[in-house]
Amino acid sequence: MKSPAFEYTRPASVAEACALLARHGADAKVIAGGQSLVPMMAMRLVRPSVLVDINEIDALKYLAIEPQEARIGACTRQVTVERDDALSERIPLLRMALKCVGHVQTRNRGTVGGSLAHADPSAELPLVALVLGARLRLRSASGRRDVQAREFLTGAMSTALRPDECLEEIGWPAWRERTGAAFMEVSIRHGDFALVAAATQVALDAQARCTRASFGLAGVGATAVAFPELAGRLVGTKMEDGLVEEVAHAAAKQISPGSDMHASSEYRRHLARVLVARTLRAAREKAASA
Amino acid sequence: MTEKLYEISVEVNGVRCEGRVPARLSLVDWLREELRLTGTHVGCEHGVCGACSVLLDGEPVRSCLMYAVQAHGHRVGTVEGLRSPEGGLSPLQDAFCEAHGLQCGYCTPGMLIAAQALLDATPHPTEEQIREAIGGNLCRCTGYAQIVEAVLLAAERSR
Amino acid sequence: MSEFRYVGKRRRAKEHVRFVLGRGRYVGDIHVVGMQHIAIVASPHPAARIVSIDTSAAARAPGVRYILTGEELCANTDSLLIGVDAPQVKRWPLAPGMVRYAGEWVAAVVANSRAAAEDAAELVEVQYEPQPCVVEAEAALAAGAPLVHPAHASNVLYRRKFVWGPVEQAFAQAHQQLSFRAYWGRSATVPIETFGVVAHWDAGHGILDIWASIQMPKFPDQTARALRLPGNAVRVHHDVDVGGSYGVKRGIKHTVLAGYLARRLGAPMRLIEDRLENMRGGDMQGPDRHFDVHVAFDFDGIIHGLRIRALDDVGAYAGRSPLQLGKPVGAICGPYRIPAIEYEPISVMTNKTPQEAVRGFGQSPTNFALERAMDRVARELDMDRIEIRKRNLIRRDDFPYTIPSGSTYDSGDYHAVLDKALAAARYPELLELRDRTRANGKLAGIGISTCLEPSGGNSAFEVLLNPKNETTTWMDSCLVRVDLSGAVTGVIGNSSSGQGHESLVATVLAEVLERDPEGIRVVRADSLMALPSNSPVGSRMAIMLGGAAAGAAKTIKRTLLTIAAHNLECAVEDLEYRNGDASLKGVGGKKLTWHELIEIAHRKFHKLPPGIEPGLQAKFVWEVPTGGGLPSADGRIQMYPCYAFEAHIVLIEIDPDTAKPAIHRYVCGHDCGVMINPDIVHGMTYGGIAHGIGAALYEQFAYTADGQLTSGSFMDYLIPSALEVPPLAIVDHCTPSPLTEFGQKGSGEAGYLGAPAAVANAINDALAPRGASLDTLPMTPEAIWKALR
Repeated sequence: MKSPAFEYTRPASVAEACALLARHGADAKVIAGGQSLVPMMAMRLVRPSVLVDINEIDALKYLAIEPQEARIGACTRQVTVERDDALSERIPLLRMALKCVGHVQTRNRGTVGGSLAHADPSAELPLVALVLGARLRLRSASGRRDVQAREFLTGAMSTALRPDECLEEIGWPAWRERTGAAFMEVSIRHGDFALVAAATQVALDAQARCTRASFGLAGVGATAVAFPELAGRLVGTKMEDGLVEEVAHAAAKQISPGSDMHASSEYRRHLARVLVARTLRAAREKAASA
Repeated sequence: MTEKLYEISVEVNGVRCEGRVPARLSLVDWLREELRLTGTHVGCEHGVCGACSVLLDGEPVRSCLMYAVQAHGHRVGTVEGLRSPEGGLSPLQDAFCEAHGLQCGYCTPGMLIAAQALLDATPHPTEEQIREAIGGNLCRCTGYAQIVEAVLLAAERSR
Repeated sequence: MSEFRYVGKRRRAKEHVRFVLGRGRYVGDIHVVGMQHIAIVASPHPAARIVSIDTSAAARAPGVRYILTGEELCANTDSLLIGVDAPQVKRWPLAPGMVRYAGEWVAAVVANSRAAAEDAAELVEVQYEPQPCVVEAEAALAAGAPLVHPAHASNVLYRRKFVWGPVEQAFAQAHQQLSFRAYWGRSATVPIETFGVVAHWDAGHGILDIWASIQMPKFPDQTARALRLPGNAVRVHHDVDVGGSYGVKRGIKHTVLAGYLARRLGAPMRLIEDRLENMRGGDMQGPDRHFDVHVAFDFDGIIHGLRIRALDDVGAYAGRSPLQLGKPVGAICGPYRIPAIEYEPISVMTNKTPQEAVRGFGQSPTNFALERAMDRVARELDMDRIEIRKRNLIRRDDFPYTIPSGSTYDSGDYHAVLDKALAAARYPELLELRDRTRANGKLAGIGISTCLEPSGGNSAFEVLLNPKNETTTWMDSCLVRVDLSGAVTGVIGNSSSGQGHESLVATVLAEVLERDPEGIRVVRADSLMALPSNSPVGSRMAIMLGGAAAGAAKTIKRTLLTIAAHNLECAVEDLEYRNGDASLKGVGGKKLTWHELIEIAHRKFHKLPPGIEPGLQAKFVWEVPTGGGLPSADGRIQMYPCYAFEAHIVLIEIDPDTAKPAIHRYVCGHDCGVMINPDIVHGMTYGGIAHGIGAALYEQFAYTADGQLTSGSFMDYLIPSALEVPPLAIVDHCTPSPLTEFGQKGSGEAGYLGAPAAVANAINDALAPRGASLDTLPMTPEAIWKALR
């Protein structure tokens, strides 16, 4: 399983990377951690003629926690994000999700940006990005643009990135209220692709009433799916178990999951309902004790 | 049409190694075929089995998922670099021998890399932490039981 | 066994040091100057006629040396051996005109690097004319099914109904009967190292050198035969470390391909399967078996008769794979006193990847079916599952015990092992834990299995399933040398894949010669120099290699005593042998030391007794105990000589909503007689259990209805990691075998033979309160969820 031949470039700056992408267009592919890209090249499922290796661009590796959001450079290693305690305080979903991403070796090399740019339908980080309404900064030779997660994830393994663009930064909104988050996934083995994953974050006021809620699923369609309208139904309520069940049930009805050798669409739909309910309850309990 | 070759310089087990490699040559293939460090093994070439685990700048990574050109300017540690400075077995290697933490030996270098990295960061890990650390290294011989014992033994001996 | 000095004691394996240093020598580590690399062009179709192969573009690709197709290879080599009588089912390494499974090898590209060979392989243009295919075992049996091998006129490779004992009567007279179906899904051992071979034609000597990751009886002979070479023109190097095999690495097709090319092109050839080639086209998948089981029993739980129909799908070709229906004949009733058994094995072909020998050679699927039967009978009678086993298990005083199909079990104390396992599992507490878990809303079940591990590799199933193949020789050997310095060297003639054979032989030699095993070296002879060996299969080496080493060492010891008696002018009986020294019995007796005796043997011919050859060496070649027989007309035969036993107890919890199982406690009671090296035996048992957990819950070679393998990589073929395999506890018992030197039985297949049965029974125990059951492996979360609905 040797990769097909390609030309290798190693830009020292984002500007240089973008210039390379502008020059080679669709023939080029950015390589960050390579944890998803290299297996595909080894299996000859993708054959870029040029690889643009962004691993040496220090300007893409940072983690800055600001009052409204945490800004993470696209090439920041997943392990760096996972280990950051201050970040986990502010954006708990990130560490929770990362614990489910592959194994130690995967996270030591894989990057936050890489997972988002790869946009696997069952991946954890795109799901969290969608649920939190992350802001993705795309950079090209002609400038920068910010795209919301829901516009960024356009389909299975496909994003709003143009051939001449590189993901530069992801901004993860931090909630200032009394918050509880939960991330749960069902996979056959630890670290495998999720059959279904759910990410939930809720905020409660002093009377345990929900003031804000967001939840979503991965593995149930071409992209991660969020449910803003259903989440809205929880606002103002105490998120009683009965209501949670209704919302979970409704979410499961809205999706059209696929089938493969590991899970049928009906089983995924069932798991979706179970995980939405469980994460809503868990997030509620966490917020209540926060 | 021959493939373009790239000059690389990588510090492998503390020694500067130079090479001229095609871009698509994986790091594991470079280590094994060019440097003849055959201790690191190939099991799947798609990043699941962990037999190819090496230390990249001190942290375990899958060397089948990196190209040798990407390692230019970095430090790589392989199983061959684990032995003690005096040349004997490291405490971890010795513990694997004592606890029978291997049979066919094929996954062993990857296991040693993963376990050594764990012990370097967490000198007295719990069993759960050990299983988590080697969770990305598949073994078909041992059922992991004596591997876990070996790592616990190495940790205990370092007290 | 405190009577032994080295046998049975914990000791570091000799093999360890090279492996922890990363200095193993696997086939992928072998470099021969000028080595070329092979990549494969494989069929995307499960059944097709090859219309044409255009290699012109590929031949022009950089670095390409040659492209070989089936037409040339099949004309110049003999087809590979098949274990049953089916001469029209021919197999070559490359497809000759027809492809019969998706992934079958169609062409081989030789280039100066593997990458270049893969590049060129993509340029080979093959025109196919797809044909109808059949991918389901029952469908393959049906009239009008597409024929995988039309010349064979059927998809059935083998079929026979054996009747042993009064089966009709048993069923007519029993109080009750029950029937069920069970399916052992297709999985295999899937070692972390794929199969690989390096072949080098040494034109100067006219010898084909082979280094391979091999575990196969008669490998040098079959390689020579297929390549139309005399046996002494093939030299297989056994000192290649094999990265796991557990049965499957019978890479005869890879070797014939590489060997042919090595001679044809006059250059060394390397073929290392990549993982995709291995999973789909390496021909190393495993049993794929449908059981129909009928049990006749009484109200008190005593089983009076069994009827088992076992339909196994071997895929598109067969080597020894159909024989995996035959080996279980040697333990067809498991550890139970069942007097009447009807067994109908059917081996059928479909357009899937071929099967190869998997750990246990068919015994684990059979044990799974037997243990599901026991649990179902218990459930039917509302009887405790331990109680029903205890009532049916062969009793300690019954041994040696001959089962209806003709095998005699050498020794055992099954009740004692079961009790030990139950005690170690803290069974009453386990029951409470299960019931508490259930009360908390989760599903929980305890699984029990009591299973046999036949060992010793008397592979009489060969002649049982194919009377034309009168093979009854199942031998092994050891040569021992003591050199002038007094150092001992054992020479063996097989490759090893983690079983610790060097340590095994050193320990045995040390025990008999009373010398320190530390100083004993074990080396491997190549096939030109080796004494006969049938390679490590069927859990045979502790018995066979251990016995051969002991035999050779005893000869050395006798020689030393003879030399001493001659020089001390006494009878051999007057001498005492201790740590290599021979001394006259009694106080202040004269003695000759180990070194003095060796000096005489090697240098002082004038002191050597007549009839003793110079030097100090001995060989021992022997047949498997109880071997050498032919089956009776009704198919009764002594299969393996020694019977190890395992009792598994496992607690599993299932999340009632996600249907995901988790193992919470695992105990295995194990009796393989005397363990020569306990750590090595335990190691293989832990590994076997993990492997069994994989087969029960995670692993499957899944095919679509149109014959495509969907689990062709490690992303979909799910091997359990340290996070899936729980902590495992083994508790040992020892009923020595009367047939072996130290009382040892074999144990390479331990754990795997009882784990899937125990896990399956635990899942069913968990599902039972919901009135659900599941008899299909693997028991994935989806399968469990479906069963619950």
